[in-house]
Formats: sequence, C-alpha cells, structure tokens
Amino acid sequence: MAVEQQDLKLKANANRGLSQLEGGFDLLGWDEVTQGSVLPSFDGDASNVAFQKAEERSYSGYNSYTATVASWRVLKPVFNIDVCIDCQNCWVWCPDSSILSRDKQMLGIDYDHCKGCEICVEVCPTNPKSLLMFSEYADVGEALASWPEKKKKEKK
Amino acid sequence: MAVEFEVNKREVWDGNYAASQALRQADVDVVVAYPITPSTPIVENYGSYVGNGYIDGEFIMVESEHAAMSGCIGASASGGRVATATSSQGFALMVEVLYQASGMRLPIILNVVNRALAAPLNVRGDHADMYLGRDSGWIQFAAFNAQEAYDLALMAFRVAEHHDVRLPTMIHQDGFITSHTAQNVYPLSNEVAAKFVGVIDPIDDMLDFSKPVTYGAQTEEDWHFEHKAKQHKAIIDSVPVIDAIFAEFKELSGREYKRIESYDMEDADVCVIGLGTTVESARVAAKEMRAEGVKAGVVAIRCFRPFPYEELRTVLENCKSIAVTDRSSPGGAMGAFYNEVAAAMMTSQSRPLVTNYIYGLGGRDISIENLKEIFKEQQANADAGYITTDIQQFTNLRGPKLSFFKTDRS
Repeated sequence: MAVEQQDLKLKANANRGLSQLEGGFDLLGWDEVTQGSVLPSFDGDASNVAFQKAEERSYSGYNSYTATVASWRVLKPVFNIDVCIDCQNCWVWCPDSSILSRDKQMLGIDYDHCKGCEICVEVCPTNPKSLLMFSEYADVGEALASWPEKKKKEKK
Repeated sequence: MAVEFEVNKREVWDGNYAASQALRQADVDVVVAYPITPSTPIVENYGSYVGNGYIDGEFIMVESEHAAMSGCIGASASGGRVATATSSQGFALMVEVLYQASGMRLPIILNVVNRALAAPLNVRGDHADMYLGRDSGWIQFAAFNAQEAYDLALMAFRVAEHHDVRLPTMIHQDGFITSHTAQNVYPLSNEVAAKFVGVIDPIDDMLDFSKPVTYGAQTEEDWHFEHKAKQHKAIIDSVPVIDAIFAEFKELSGREYKRIESYDMEDADVCVIGLGTTVESARVAAKEMRAEGVKAGVVAIRCFRPFPYEELRTVLENCKSIAVTDRSSPGGAMGAFYNEVAAAMMTSQSRPLVTNYIYGLGGRDISIENLKEIFKEQQANADAGYITTDIQQFTNLRGPKLSFFKTDRS
C-alpha cells in the first residue's frame, strides 16, 4: 500500500532528470558558449516563476532541474508515508531541495538530485523514523517491508 | 540628490586624487575596498565623496583585498558600476579573485598604484604587481602621469562596460612618483565627464528577476577550454573599441591616446621601450642623445593587455637596436615585456636587435644618465650589427655587473 502511495504523481517530473550532466548537452564551440559562463535558469521571461509550481516552470537546459546529478549517491533515503506526520522538518533541512512536498503533504524523495547526505533522516522526529537510509540498490518495497517497529520507552 | 563638487579648468592633483575624481565623475555605484599604500587615497577620497553627499554611492570597507574584489564581483554581477584600487601585496591577495572577475566578464575598474612585492618589504614603485596580473584576463592600461591616470580611469569605464568588450580593466600608475606627485591636471567638467562616461547598461545582472542567472558555474575538461578561449578572443577583439573610445576622448579633451605611444621614432636607429614614469625620463634622454648625434627615440606601451604586437612591429620596423626595460624581477628568465617585444619583432622583415634591461626595482631611480648609457649601448649594437652585451642586463645595481644570455655567434 505504502509503495503505491509513494508512486503517485508525486514526482511532478515532466521536465526533471532528463539528462546526465556528463555529455548530456551538445558540446558547443568556444564561439557558442555563454559569455562569462553565466547560465540562465529559465527559458523566456521568468518574472512569474516564484508563483509557479516546479513542474510548470520553463527550466532551461542549463538548470540542474532538468539533469540527473545524483549518480554518485551510495545510500538513499526511503520514505515511509505510513509513519510520517508531515512536520516538514526534512523539507526545511534538505540542502538539495530534494524533499518533494505539496500543500504541506510530504510526497517523497527527488532521487535525481538527492545526494544521500542523511540529514532528512537525522531531523525526522517520528518513532520509528519516516525516513531511513538503504543501499542505493535496495528495492523500495522490500525496504518498506523491513521497516522497524515503534521503539518503546525504556522504563527506568 | 548629490551635491555638486566644483572643479576648475586646471587643478593641481596627484595621481591618486586624479583617479578618485574620475570615480566621482563616473558616478560609481559601489567601491569595495581594503586600502593599501600607496593607493589608499583613491578609495579614501571616494568614501569621503559619498560621506559628504557628492555621490550617491556605496563605500564598503571589508577585511582584505580578497574580500574587496569579491565584493566588487557581487556588486558588478548585480548590475552596478563598480571600481576599487589596490597595490602590491593587496594586489597579490586579489589575484585569485581577479581571475573570477574576468572569467565572469564583469566590467570592474581597478586602479593599481604599482608597488614592489615583498620580500623584502618595500612600499615604493616597481611593476611587479602589474606583471602578476598580466595573464589574469583584464585589460591593462598604463598611465605615466596624473593627467593620464585621470583620463584613462574615465575611459576605462567606457571600454570595460561596452557590450562588445565586457572585461574588467586596470589602470596602472607608478607608486609615489605618479600617485603622490601633484601636477597640473585639466579635468573635464562634471557635466561633460558624466555625459562621456554615460550610465552602465548591464548584461546578465542578478537584479533582473525576469532572467535569473547562475554566476560561477563549474566547468571541467569538456567545457573550461572553450570558455577561456572565448574570454581570450574578447580581449583581442577589444582593440577597435579601445581605439574608438580613445578617438572620442580626443575629440572631447584634445588629448590623444594610442595603445602604443612613440616619441622621436620617425627616423630612430635606436630606442628605449618602457612604461610608467620612466617614459618621460627616456624622452629627455633621447633628446639629449639626439644633440650628441644619436638618432634616439622612445616607445611606450599604453595598453599592456591586449598587447599591441602589430602597432609595435610597425613603429619599430626601421629601428636597428631596441632596449626593452622591465621594472620587475624576472625570476630566472627574460623580462616579460622583453618577451612580448621580441615576439613582435621576431616576425618582422627587419628583425632588429632586441635587448633587455632590468631596472628600478623597489623604487630605485633610473636617471637620465642611466638611460643615455642604454642608448649608447644600443648605438654600439646598431654599429656592430649584433648585440655586443649580454642580452639581459641589470642597470643601476650595486656590486659586480649582473647580466646573462648571449647571442650565439659561433
């Protein structure tokens, strides 16, 4: 059940993770590269982007939104929606904006940008945690099936 | 609204004051500074113009020259007109950030009051700091007196901010000799200067929220080379813009600037090439040599980067022996300036003799007598048809003669 919920529309990824940073672009000649290696984030007028959802924005090919930049991750966080209380702590702390959340509902992880730093796991306050690190190659379903039980308070 | 600062048609200004007045008249938005001798008064004066209401700008004191240039980058990337000043050790600390500024194509103006680099510690003028910046991707102009420090500082904004250029630009003047010697300076009126310099029209400014941009991208072996090549081409291609702005300034002021200046070169057999205050001494020496029957001339490099190879080759074509003067410790090689001139003349039809003199380190004076001696050695070379001395010699140095590298005549 949990796996299905995680796979819902959560990725909002129409334009995300389409390319690899290495060799994903056409390699331009010196006369074609941008002046000062200054890279525009959006195609066209972006005056309104702050009011648009990520999937509605016209990210340019230079923006890492469109690229997969997580190839070197070795451990990945897995999200368990059954335990999560939508406190948004992980969303606040994630240094790569890789926690996907919409209307304060936690949806999942953006695996195209998450580097596996484990901060989200560290700041998660639930018992058991709603985010835990697994091998990059672990099956998410199996990971969720092996989720630990709630820890009982030890009596003194 | 800024208060009007009165300027007379003729003022008695030193090089520092002249440069600071150019910053005021150019209505610089931001100066980020960490003052250092002998360039301190440039930024200090700007600060006082802001404090006294003569400019509507920001003067930001930071903790080091590294931070000063970093602040300039932020202000320039935001779209402002930005300038600062430094010297010597401060310049050295800025070097890392100089490459950032040029790589990001930010039109920052840096007034460099040239001073020797320690050790041993020295506050006097030589060109060690200027040479340290020669591969940094900045345009480099050399002023030989206070008037030129003012004129070039004004023109530098036009060159740097021009959309076909967009490169940071340095204006060099000799520490103390130019920076602290009060001379007659004929400034433009505030109105004329403001009109000449105009208002900056930024590109990719970070305050343009309709087009958010990333500055400071990382590029590895698949992209870096192309970006550096584009930057190099931009420096080479700045030449017509520089020439056009020099011409426009001449119309306005009557003062003519060229990327290389030449004096008495029409029929010269021998010449001295240099830059900075030495040029004026060399011109006096050349006149005296002419009185003694030697056809002596002087060539001065106004634009150190981009280096004027073609113009140099043209002006030196009929010269027989050339003395290139380098005011920086060459560290086990020919002087950098010698190498540039030798590269230009190597490709000429006439292939004149080119020799190298290291002089004036740490502010050591070079006298008219020294320069006449150099002219005489060039005449001896011209008469003999080969370089009669070692190719590189130190001049006006105590102790045994220091020189190296001979022509292979075997």
